[in-house]
Amino acid sequence: MALKLPPQHNLQHSSTITADSQVHHGHPAQPRGILRWLLTTNHKEIGSLYLIFSLTMFFIGGIFALVVRAELFQPGLQLVNPEFFNQMTTMHGLIMVFAAVMPAFTGLANWMIPLQIGAPDMALPRLNNFSFWLLPVAFTLLLSTLLMPGGGPNFGWTFYAPLSTTYAPPSTTFFILAIHIAGISSILGAINIIATILNMRAPGMRLMDMPLFVWTWLITAFLLIAVMPVLAGVITMMLMDINFGTNFFNAAGGGDPVLFQHLFWFFGHPEVYIMILPAFGIVSAIIPTFARKPLFGYASMVYATASIALLSFLVWAHHMFVVGLPLVAELFFMYSTMLIAVPTGVKVFNWVTTLFRGSISFESPMLFSLAFVVLFTIGGFSGLMLAIAPADFQYHDTYFVVAHFHYVLVPGAVFAIMAGVYYWLPKWTGHYPNERLAQWHFWFSIVGVNLTFFPMHFAGLAGMPRRIPDYALQFADFNFISSIGAFFFGASQLLFVLVVVLCVRGGKKAPAKAWEGAEDLEWTVPSPAPLHTFETPPNFHRSSH
Amino acid sequence: MRSLKHWSVVSFLVPTASYAWNMPVGVTDVSGDIYRLHMTIFWICVAIGLLVFGAMFYSLFRYRHAKGAKAAHFHENTLVEVLWTAIPVLILIAMAVPATATLKQMYNPSDADLDVMITGQQWRWRYEYMGENVAFISSLSTPQVQINGEEARGETYLLDVDNPLVLPVNRKVRFLMTSDDVIHSWWVPELAVKQDAVPGFINENWVRINEPGIYRGQCAELCGMDHGFMPVVVHAMEQEAFDKWFAERKAAAEKEISGIDRDWKLAELMERGQATYEAICASCHQPDGGGSPPAFPALAGNEQLIADQAWHLDRVLNGVSGAAMPAFRNTLNPVELAAVVTYTRNAWGNDAGDVVQPLTVQELIAQ
Repeated sequence: MALKLPPQHNLQHSSTITADSQVHHGHPAQPRGILRWLLTTNHKEIGSLYLIFSLTMFFIGGIFALVVRAELFQPGLQLVNPEFFNQMTTMHGLIMVFAAVMPAFTGLANWMIPLQIGAPDMALPRLNNFSFWLLPVAFTLLLSTLLMPGGGPNFGWTFYAPLSTTYAPPSTTFFILAIHIAGISSILGAINIIATILNMRAPGMRLMDMPLFVWTWLITAFLLIAVMPVLAGVITMMLMDINFGTNFFNAAGGGDPVLFQHLFWFFGHPEVYIMILPAFGIVSAIIPTFARKPLFGYASMVYATASIALLSFLVWAHHMFVVGLPLVAELFFMYSTMLIAVPTGVKVFNWVTTLFRGSISFESPMLFSLAFVVLFTIGGFSGLMLAIAPADFQYHDTYFVVAHFHYVLVPGAVFAIMAGVYYWLPKWTGHYPNERLAQWHFWFSIVGVNLTFFPMHFAGLAGMPRRIPDYALQFADFNFISSIGAFFFGASQLLFVLVVVLCVRGGKKAPAKAWEGAEDLEWTVPSPAPLHTFETPPNFHRSSH
Repeated sequence: MRSLKHWSVVSFLVPTASYAWNMPVGVTDVSGDIYRLHMTIFWICVAIGLLVFGAMFYSLFRYRHAKGAKAAHFHENTLVEVLWTAIPVLILIAMAVPATATLKQMYNPSDADLDVMITGQQWRWRYEYMGENVAFISSLSTPQVQINGEEARGETYLLDVDNPLVLPVNRKVRFLMTSDDVIHSWWVPELAVKQDAVPGFINENWVRINEPGIYRGQCAELCGMDHGFMPVVVHAMEQEAFDKWFAERKAAAEKEISGIDRDWKLAELMERGQATYEAICASCHQPDGGGSPPAFPALAGNEQLIADQAWHLDRVLNGVSGAAMPAFRNTLNPVELAAVVTYTRNAWGNDAGDVVQPLTVQELIAQ
């Protein structure tokens, strides 16, 4: 038996491979303890590192959210001052986007893409190690800004200039460096994923034979390579404005604060699809498995994903409808944004049609995926409403927007990640997760998430702006319910940790094909997957789709 | 815990009538159009949601593995796929038509009867009736003791200002919006006007209010520490009432200017300066002059400020480049400027002992 977690179980297995690597590279015996994790080039170990890092950051970002929700529990200022409140909303957003959701998807990609395409590892294993270890550096630096004089970033995760330049705390330069490092990590990770997918598929596997998780990640990786340099550019311009006397965003020096927003959202809108496309892939793997029926419209799923990715470059200014754009720009961005509903709708219809006349069971990965379909669609509906530019003059920068993007990110991206974890845990650990606890986790999460975010629609429509530490009395009831829901949701996530820890330590043994209806290549290797798989490429037959 | 008392379970299950759940219809033609667009797209979403979720839950219930359902194996159907691509496109076109019409209307600020310049400042609004010599600053007037919970909160908690913007009803009013520091966003839901105030840019918007009343809103764009504490209040009046208010305001402005060339006493300036300081300066430099370093330096005990009057005046009139301190030479009048400088030089134990006359300030501004 070969297992990659915890380290001591690995000895028997490592003797064979290190002997091999010694021959080729003259390495000493495989390091143990902390060095093993620092130096590993194995896609499964790096995948686990990404996932553990992401989960840790999910809780840190979650604690920041709970500080926000605790302050908003009732009107008045009780717990934190407005300055610290702004740091909490900012850090919550930054950590959740860059340190929780994105690394979770990269972790799943590391684990599953080689297994799903029959490759022995990622194409660039040492680069893979570097991509991961940049992240703890970046986010330790980012979190440390909270302890610096003047506090951490307090200008929202969108860091609009000049609030984030001329008027920013002194720690902003460290914030810029942290985002640069995280951005490099993402770009390197994306290069690695593209190189792996394009070069290392099992013989006979054409692009249109790949599982959708691989497809969505291929497209996501191209998005990352296209837009992370734009982010790097815009934060470098901030750096210059702050430290080197340039005036890119300073109106007093002839600069343009609105230029910042154009650049930011040219990155930012593809970025939100970077956080959802791999989720589409996960759900497209799980629903057919538990409906015991092939995915409906595989080809249209691929085309829809590609269209969403292309459209994402043409819609950025819908985040800027009230910034004073000319009428033609408003119309162009309204129409292009409405168009996004078409490929997104196709995806939802495909998932529902996959369920139709299937043979459906409701294990925890399926429950999270079904919740994803319903709640992501609700987030899509509010997105469609936000696309209507005249109405956006009322919705913009209110809690309606907060409700919208939390619906697509929490029961959207986060639920899909959890569905993926429950789905692939048997492959990673050799044990099924405790189904009863996982179901409790699901039901608590679904209640918590709706209790937290549904009332925000009403608060926003009734006129509550976002990012305020105190509010008028007519918003009190909605905020009260949201805060209760947030603490309930936050506490339920401890159950998730419990299920994962229990599953790593033991549980019902899983066979190679852990789920009856599962079809992809990962289910042909033993559970747990040995440290090295597909050293000889598998024979791929086109039956899977 | 004292304040937790009134949180009975019922209080949020049975919202009082004044608690809005939906976008307001508002008091302008445009706000009504926006409300109708909002409700149309909402009901379209509800209808699609019922269809999709209906089909989904039907399948989940009908084809349960536990009830022995056998899976079919179809995975494509060109006709269905073309239909569910084409039909949404048609729905979207139907939706885009009225949205475009409303947007065009919102983008037509021509033929306005009155122009009002709205300037965002951390963290207050300045209103100027263009060409009429009437301008004033509008700041939050909710007392700090209510925010701290030491006093019961009023019905318009956080939505009260000292000087509301006063507008006539049934007249087209054009707004010109800009900012002195960071980006703000001027928003009144009942008027359906939300427009960013961007430094270095002037944005246009307009309103024609159909009903007299008091309409409240807030800054909608994160603008720093007190973003949550810069409300907007618009008082819409019948034309006669507006004309009367406007005449009074003009007379008051003229009276204010007339005092510039006389010699002001220290006590007068201190009293006037304290009022200006509390309305304008205290949000950053704190009521006790202690500041919040490093962004907002302390004024109390600030040796450079006490020792160097010319430097002090320069900072207040011209601002500090690269920092949060704005230039006040155009936003406060010479009396206010002289008073607030005199006040900060002599309050909280600062012992400069000198007096800055409005005339001196006026000469400095004229240079």
